[in-house]
Amino acid sequence: MTKKKLAVVGAGMVAHRLVEAMVERGADQEWDIEVFGDETRPPYDRVALTSFFSNSDPDDLLLGDGELWKRPGVRLYRGSIVSHIDREAKQIHARNTTFEYDRLVIATGSYATVPPVEGSDLPGCFVYRTVDDVAELRAWVTDREAALGRKVKGAVVGGGLLGLEAAGALTALGAETTVIEFADWLMPMQVDQAGGGALQRIIEQMGVEVRTSTATSKLRADRDGKVARMQFADGEKIQADVVVFATGVRPRDELAREAGLEVGERGGVIADKYCATSDESIFAIGEVAHIAGRLWGLVGPGYSMAEVVADRLLGGDATFEGADLSTKLKLLGVDVASFGDAFAATNGSLEVVYADPLAGIYKKLVMSDDAQTLLGGMLVGDASAYTNLRPMVGRALGSDPTAWLLPEGMEPPTGGTLPDDANVCSCNNVTAGTVRGAVTDHQCTDIAAVKACTKAGTSCGSCVSLVKKLMETQMAEEGLEVNTALCEHFAYTRAQLFDVVRVSEITTFSELVEKHGTGRGCDICRPVAASILASLGNGHVLDGENAAIQDTNDHVMANLQKDGTYSVVPRIPGGEVTPEGLIVIGQVAADYGLYTKITGGQRIDLFGARIEQLPAIWKRLVDAGFESGHAYGKSLRTVKSCVGQSWCRYGVQDSTTLAVDLELRYRGLRSPHKLKLAVSGCARECAEARGKDVGIIATDKGWNMYVGGNGGFTPRHAQLFAEDLSTEDLVRAIDRFLMYYVRTADRLQRTAPWLESVEGGIEAVRAVVFEDSLGIAADLDAAMEAHVDAYEDEWAATLADDEKLARFASFVNAPETPDPDLVYVEERGQRRPANGDERAVLIAGTSIPVREAEVVV
Amino acid sequence: MSGWQRVCTLDALVPDRGAAALVGDHQVALFRLSDTEYVHAVDHLDPFSQANVMARGLVGSRGGVATVASPMHKQAFDLKTGQCLDDPEVSLQVWPTRVSDGWVEVELPERVGPP
Repeated sequence: MTKKKLAVVGAGMVAHRLVEAMVERGADQEWDIEVFGDETRPPYDRVALTSFFSNSDPDDLLLGDGELWKRPGVRLYRGSIVSHIDREAKQIHARNTTFEYDRLVIATGSYATVPPVEGSDLPGCFVYRTVDDVAELRAWVTDREAALGRKVKGAVVGGGLLGLEAAGALTALGAETTVIEFADWLMPMQVDQAGGGALQRIIEQMGVEVRTSTATSKLRADRDGKVARMQFADGEKIQADVVVFATGVRPRDELAREAGLEVGERGGVIADKYCATSDESIFAIGEVAHIAGRLWGLVGPGYSMAEVVADRLLGGDATFEGADLSTKLKLLGVDVASFGDAFAATNGSLEVVYADPLAGIYKKLVMSDDAQTLLGGMLVGDASAYTNLRPMVGRALGSDPTAWLLPEGMEPPTGGTLPDDANVCSCNNVTAGTVRGAVTDHQCTDIAAVKACTKAGTSCGSCVSLVKKLMETQMAEEGLEVNTALCEHFAYTRAQLFDVVRVSEITTFSELVEKHGTGRGCDICRPVAASILASLGNGHVLDGENAAIQDTNDHVMANLQKDGTYSVVPRIPGGEVTPEGLIVIGQVAADYGLYTKITGGQRIDLFGARIEQLPAIWKRLVDAGFESGHAYGKSLRTVKSCVGQSWCRYGVQDSTTLAVDLELRYRGLRSPHKLKLAVSGCARECAEARGKDVGIIATDKGWNMYVGGNGGFTPRHAQLFAEDLSTEDLVRAIDRFLMYYVRTADRLQRTAPWLESVEGGIEAVRAVVFEDSLGIAADLDAAMEAHVDAYEDEWAATLADDEKLARFASFVNAPETPDPDLVYVEERGQRRPANGDERAVLIAGTSIPVREAEVVV
Repeated sequence: MSGWQRVCTLDALVPDRGAAALVGDHQVALFRLSDTEYVHAVDHLDPFSQANVMARGLVGSRGGVATVASPMHKQAFDLKTGQCLDDPEVSLQVWPTRVSDGWVEVELPERVGPP
């Protein structure tokens, strides 16, 4: 069977969803799918664009697993502008070639518009639309700051969603930012005047200037021709070294226009409820589509259109019946949500308002004339009720509406349950019934399984807590236990087990499993117990029975690599190392033929050490003054630092000294997951402190402390925890924060999810640390003091103990004989383990061509 | 080489912790469990990663069966049968053992592996 040809113009989020939906339904058996995108990247999450500032790798934003584009029958042409559609011949022109199509989908999205302001084309003027826009904006701000030798003044024209997002980005880059809105209040499309006023107050408190009812009239350049000043219609002027236009978007419909397709008065390709345009072979979806009399400027409706088209192409009869235009955003750290009939346009509707100007909170519910049915609402400053309220739109609220508007911390008065058809995930159109069905029909018993099964919570993630609650309620109803047990041997969470060990003063694993568990333990609970016992100061990791419960890394105090050898990482506190130290490390590496690499944490990793070589290698390092870097442990890894004021011309504090002090203080601290800290000497943040569990950034007055950041599989930006702390206060706060985390987090739970899981969130942790709200601060302080006092270098202690050294034998009956199966090849002047093919050749005794490999066993 | 091979003294094995041994040309992982007299011997080669690391895995139990987990990617194996409990198609070779006069001995079958 010859396959039909589908061409998709545009490779944004909606185009991605279309292809995904086609593939999911097996349509790639019937269709060859060709996608043309003008950006050089595969489709990425444009909604999360601002996170690109904290998260400098644009690849982190890519949608899906990338496998989609490698499937047979699916092709993505990147950097390909479609220049013409020939409807007669059913062809499109791109890449100087002609492509045939049977069906065509236009998914070209929209442009950011720039108002006709004089000077809006000057260097330093930007829009906020693509990864490239954001990257250029970031580079501009960094360069201008360096050139001007002062903070950059930024202006954002437009106080809507995108404008506030751009203002957040500029502020994060260290610019002093002014937002200019033509309307009388911020976010005029989503909130009313009172809500806009509340929003403005909070934003101004963060140091962002806001000017409403203001029109920009012209931009002026400096002598170099770069934008420097902005003038308003009333004649006032402000300094502006960078200007971002966020004044709206216009559908990219010129290709469709030129092809003679019908377009709307204010732009957009007119399509019917089947997403078909005036040419029945051509569909339009996403922000370029004009359906049911309007444009749909959110990704949720675009996704629905994509699903409709996928269904139609397979002979289905799905229709697009409009979509939920609710939004919830965190702009500049402020929650803003708007849903349903937020402006009370319905006849006779009633508005219930709660406002706390001091706290910067404004909440409004729009109710039907009998005050029974929820029609919509807006939440500014505290949108915690959003996930529960939005699915209730059009339904009886079942309780006093004012109860929903009370300050945070109160349980929402749901009482009743969400009906099955209530939409809980508007990004992916998933109903409460579907989530329940995941439990009842597909045996999903954890949130990851529910996400994979239903897609709920996989886009913006704002509904995850609601989805989890629905899942757990359904599980309880099915008589399924919501399982929090560590493993089959212990019915406790890690935090409970910690308390058990602490309170009953248990000091060995066998005692623990005998009194509180079953069986012999396993690779899950043994290392957890090892960590807990270590945190409670039960001696060297290899002492007595402790040796039997350490994972291999902790057991040999080195990191297991793929060929069974280990890597060695000496501690280099704060990344500071003497030339003599470097020479010793280099000499050890040369003598043992170790592959050498600088790690991401400002240390040196030496690879390829065999188990029986570890003591001799460490003897050399310990003699030279190095100690264990604990690179193998779930424990403190590094405290990264920038150069700080001792050398850097911008530094305002001595970040290196603080980093060294902190690393020495917390070295050896065992925790639920690895811990990383960083200290930056100024707001330029060269140590990337906000990507760490605890990040410290120097200010003129002291230290700002951030918590809950991490890299890894789910990167997180750390949140501001406290400002302008003295060094003494800072250290006490970190002591308490870390010790509280060590005691209460789940196994392998990093600080970011821990902060979310603590009841009351980061606020509650702040109260524990600074106000001693639980009355445990003295206990936490004492525990950290005990750790600091009891610290000894594990490797130095091991080298002094023959019994421990005996464990570093390659074979119990041939302790010095190297593993005979290790084979290496040389690459870029160093050795690495041979891969399967290379091994076969090397073991057969010949050499590998091209690479000029040599056996260096 | 076949028959019973003397490998090490029982005291050389730390209870509940493995040790690798060279038995003939074979790399074997020995495990002395704290609550039995028996010493288990299985292949030291992890069939998943093809690295000689099994002796460095953690012992434990799954549903009453004594196990060792590969230290590389944590697949669990039945120490008695060598069967991988996470993948029915994979197993470790199991070697007969005995303790005699305080010595651990492993029996090498007549022919093992390629000639």
